[in-house]
Amino acid sequence: MFHRSLFPRDLFAELDRLQREMQQANEYSPSIRGSGRGGFPALNVGGTPRSIEIYAFAPGIDPASIDVQLEKGVLTIAGERPPAPRDEKTAVHIDERFAGRFRRVVTLPDDIDPNAVAAKYRDGVLHISIQRRAAAQPRRIAIQ
Amino acid sequence: MNETANKTADQATAAPRPEAALLPPVDVIEDANGITLHADLPGVPKDKLHLQVEADTLTIEGEVSLAMPEDMESTHAEVSLPRYRRVFSLSKELDTEKVAAEFDQGVLKLRIPKVAHAQPRKIEIRVE
Repeated sequence: MFHRSLFPRDLFAELDRLQREMQQANEYSPSIRGSGRGGFPALNVGGTPRSIEIYAFAPGIDPASIDVQLEKGVLTIAGERPPAPRDEKTAVHIDERFAGRFRRVVTLPDDIDPNAVAAKYRDGVLHISIQRRAAAQPRRIAIQ
Repeated sequence: MNETANKTADQATAAPRPEAALLPPVDVIEDANGITLHADLPGVPKDKLHLQVEADTLTIEGEVSLAMPEDMESTHAEVSLPRYRRVFSLSKELDTEKVAAEFDQGVLKLRIPKVAHAQPRKIEIRVE
């Protein structure tokens, strides 16, 4: 792990490399879409026996401009957050908030019903609730 | 110098240890008449947002409240704490009496004007 860099770069690049190496050490095989952490919007995902609940933390966005698509068991949340207008006479002291286009993708379990999706936007959080298929729930089979 | 150090130490011991909180991202822009701060606090309803200005310290605090089914089990969480907190030191040319705040869909906008005498004046240079 502590090898000398062939072309030493700056300290921050080295810290980035160290972080990636630590991630690799902890996560045996990350998802092909990356660890996803630190992306915009931040996502929380949970499940109940009846549904899958997804919370996308996307503050200050017009809900009509968010594109939510469900295709082949993959949910995509995409949109754009326009940058704040700035003119030459202002000084930007801190610039941390996300601006620009975003797209996040979530793989869903097999038993979801693509026709039973509800999406709500409240307090800057997009809440998507997807029902599991009724067929996946136990039922009695008649013998002929 | 020593006095300030003692004071900070006193404050640290006197105040109860704050609960763990997320650091919300902010933008701070200054123009000739004041400072504008934007902070992202998604999931915080209006009544759970607390703003405080005390002795040149601005504290932004918010509690996250999400509508969750009772039997939900979390499988992936990037927002892992139910609270945001961020503290800023203000400088003396800012007029803390006239702070204006707006909070809409998880975005807080604060406008802190500069005190009248700190606003820009063009200084004339006289050549004698």
